[in-house]
Amino acid sequence: MGERHLNRRGMDSFDWCFLSVIVSILFLGGLSLYSVTSDAQGSGFPVYLKQTLWIGVGALAFLVLASLDYHKLARWAYVLYGIGLILLVIVLVSGKSSRGAQRWIALGPLAIQPSEFVKFSLILVLSVYYATRVRYGWLHRMVLPGLLTLPGFLLTLKQPDLGSSLSFLAIYVTLLLAVGVKSKTFGLVLLSSLMIFPFAWGELWGSLYEYQKERIISFVNPAYDPGGKGYHGLQSRIAVGSGELFGKGLQGGTQSQFKFLPEGHTDFVFAVFAEEWGFFGSVLLVSLFLALFLLGLDIASKARDLLGALVAIGVVGMIAFGVVVNIGMTLGLAPIVGIPLPLMSYGGSATVVTMAALGLLMNVKRRRLTLLPY
Amino acid sequence: MNGSGLPSKELTDLQQRLVLIKVGVLVIIAFLVLRLWQLQVRDGPYYRSLSQDNRTRSIVLQPARGLIYDRNGKILANNVPSFNLYVELEDVKDRQVLIGELVDLLELDSAELAKKFHPKGTLTRVKLSGGLSLREAALIESHRLDLPGVVIQPEYQRNNPLGAYAAHVLGYVGEVSEDQLTQEEFQGLNPGSLVGQNGVEARYDGILRGHAGRKLLEVDALGHEKRMISVDKPQAGNDIYLTIDFRLQKLAEDLLGQEAGAIIALDPNTGETLALASRPSFDPNALSRGLTSQEWLDILQDTRHPLTNRAIQGLYPPGSTFKIIMAAAALETNTLDFTDTIQCLGGFRFGRRTYRDWKAGGHGTVNMRKAIVQSCDVYFYRVGHRMGIETIASYAKEFGLGEKTGIDLPSEQAGLVPSSAWKQQARGEPWYPGETISVSIGQGFVTVTPLQMTKVIATIANGGISPRPHLVRAVRHRETGTIEKWATPTGTSLNIHPDHIRRIQNALTAVVNEGTARRAQSALVSIAGKTGTSQVVSLRAVRGKEVPKKFRDHAWFVSYAPASSPRIAVAVLVEHMGHGGSVAAPLAKTLIEAFMELSPAPPDGETKVIPSHPFETQNPTKATHG
Repeated sequence: MGERHLNRRGMDSFDWCFLSVIVSILFLGGLSLYSVTSDAQGSGFPVYLKQTLWIGVGALAFLVLASLDYHKLARWAYVLYGIGLILLVIVLVSGKSSRGAQRWIALGPLAIQPSEFVKFSLILVLSVYYATRVRYGWLHRMVLPGLLTLPGFLLTLKQPDLGSSLSFLAIYVTLLLAVGVKSKTFGLVLLSSLMIFPFAWGELWGSLYEYQKERIISFVNPAYDPGGKGYHGLQSRIAVGSGELFGKGLQGGTQSQFKFLPEGHTDFVFAVFAEEWGFFGSVLLVSLFLALFLLGLDIASKARDLLGALVAIGVVGMIAFGVVVNIGMTLGLAPIVGIPLPLMSYGGSATVVTMAALGLLMNVKRRRLTLLPY
Repeated sequence: MNGSGLPSKELTDLQQRLVLIKVGVLVIIAFLVLRLWQLQVRDGPYYRSLSQDNRTRSIVLQPARGLIYDRNGKILANNVPSFNLYVELEDVKDRQVLIGELVDLLELDSAELAKKFHPKGTLTRVKLSGGLSLREAALIESHRLDLPGVVIQPEYQRNNPLGAYAAHVLGYVGEVSEDQLTQEEFQGLNPGSLVGQNGVEARYDGILRGHAGRKLLEVDALGHEKRMISVDKPQAGNDIYLTIDFRLQKLAEDLLGQEAGAIIALDPNTGETLALASRPSFDPNALSRGLTSQEWLDILQDTRHPLTNRAIQGLYPPGSTFKIIMAAAALETNTLDFTDTIQCLGGFRFGRRTYRDWKAGGHGTVNMRKAIVQSCDVYFYRVGHRMGIETIASYAKEFGLGEKTGIDLPSEQAGLVPSSAWKQQARGEPWYPGETISVSIGQGFVTVTPLQMTKVIATIANGGISPRPHLVRAVRHRETGTIEKWATPTGTSLNIHPDHIRRIQNALTAVVNEGTARRAQSALVSIAGKTGTSQVVSLRAVRGKEVPKKFRDHAWFVSYAPASSPRIAVAVLVEHMGHGGSVAAPLAKTLIEAFMELSPAPPDGETKVIPSHPFETQNPTKATHG
């Protein structure tokens, strides 16, 4: 039925623009993954091909979520969120651990990461919460949605997955900003502190004593390795910086090719890209992301109703947080928290969920002029 | 759930706020672009160079050191392969963890290890330990993935196959020190290079050293070699043929045994050093391998000073061997004629003090010959008193005392020939005439090295021409394979009349035949020589009692043979062993007899010592034989 809707209406130029931005980012990400993983020996199916398959699954999810009516989906928001939280509890109890963190549930040969799905359902839950009726007072506007977010935040923090739990926070704060707290000063403080945070982090963090840092970090992530992180950060900056203006060319990145750069196919995929494509390539990529965010926010502002607008803002907030923090840590602006770069880092769950979320965005856009049948 | 039921004000509010959010997103992205510009454009070249250092490793390839042979082609110093443990500091992730792992795998001290984790100049690959066993090397290799940065490098290790023999002549090798790197002769060397640290190894380091090579590698993050970019092969050092005859060298050292002392054998005609023994000795292999701080401390605190080369660094009063010089001086200055006699009653009274003769009753009527043969002190007290210290000093200097012999070894001592000017300058006191009397029999302020006395006796043997002691016969150039024979340094002709030399030679022959060195008499060859006993402290008063060894006299014997046409000059000094005649003379005799058996005189009466050399038959020799 969804397919029919799409087919019947056809695609306007906005759709083409939106889609081509997404496809471009996916393509550049695929190139970077190919560059780092094409010569990997032994491990069977190369990572870049696996990712291509995941993108295929993600495209399917995109189409499904673009054609479903998001109002229908919204009815299931609390149920989906509840299921997601149960999955997170299961992960904690009997999940698959890797490198000191327990984040995956084994599903046959696949390992899925429930936190990604929970993020997605949190967007729906919070949007539904604000859109159902007008919430008055800071208790209803701020504290109760905060309490809705808290379980997901804590359960992912305990895994430990600092990146995911911060994403939960980001979704909550973004939506809170969008609906406003109805208090100008509070809103301003919140907004400015949110904007300053990624850049002030370095100073703030640097002002702590070593043992304080160690304590904070070991609370959040017991597997933290103080020597190792500094090394990763430096190698990442060397990779980006050595790309200079024009980059070293596809598969020419010595930092990534010789494995100085850790996690080149996941958290540091931007560094791989920046090393091989240089400043011009990096600016192009960042511009593509910017275009994605602005188009997304445009969808929100033209949404037919509050629910649609909030869903769109939530999706943009989730992706933008991932992009800014990931690139920020790659460039040495933010702490290395281990968050993937949306649409580029290797990872099945994240790719599928991000693409599904973008499908939802498309959905909101496509229904802005439609009179709902109910 | 129905969105249409909500007040539209909420939606318009949100739409207004979205403008702010868009601006916020723009600002944040602008920040990222600014940072990208900073890293990639402004600091791009800096990071580019960092990334290049990251993947390239420059490895110094140590050259094989030149070999050292004795005069007959016996190998005295060579190189053996050795597994050395290096660490590439750039590849180390966590130093403490790595040190812990290494201590677990090998028997190493973690504190000593930690000290070595510092780059040497621009080199970040530093040596942690040398001489690993095959088992240890295999153990490290199998744990390679747990030991990022650790590399086993097979290299040459200096080896003296004959152990402690000739250790002082050969010296040892060690890493070039920071001090040395600032000196001109070590310019261009990589920190951590091995250079000679003593003996011939140090003196001819430039010949032996060769040139280091360099290998440029592309590596991955674990320091594993991916690809070789370029290699500049090392150039082995040149080989050296010494004048030493190892058979004599070994015999000389064995003769000293556990005693401290020195035995030197020279060819009096050429100055070629046939043996240069000093005991106690040390194991140069241990020093070349590298000692721990404790081992170093043990050697440095050893009261017997095994590192001191007594042949060229030991300073001793020459005792009665000095009478050779006194006799020559007396004849040259006409202080006494050869046949003039004096009465020796066992003492020489000067001022309020009586200078005793070693023989309590005295020697009776004594001429120069008898004075030398019986080593009469009183005769030389008189001679010295008449000549005065300045004349004595000028003749001592004529024979080369008070200055280095110039042998090609580092850190030679010059000894001391006292004079009134010296005393005024060094002590701030005038010279007392009584001090001249002590100097006349080689006591008091005068000090010499055993090599200097060898040179003195060789000069007498050589008819008054002072040879220049040296150690190198030839150098074999690795590149061309040619052997370059070194010219014999020309000796200096002393201002002593040949007749006077001949008279002294005759007296010295009689010393062995009928005088104080009868224990040096040989059935094989006629030996000439002079005994000496150098006082450590004045102990005449407690004679008869058992004297502690460290206060006992040093025994001297300087000699040459055959007396008629000398081919070898030998000096023996044994510390704290009493009389030269009884202790030192028999050692010299044994060495001389061994020499005569090893290299019998050529049938045509040619007196030059030319034992067989491996290179004698090979053609191109560059330099002429002087």
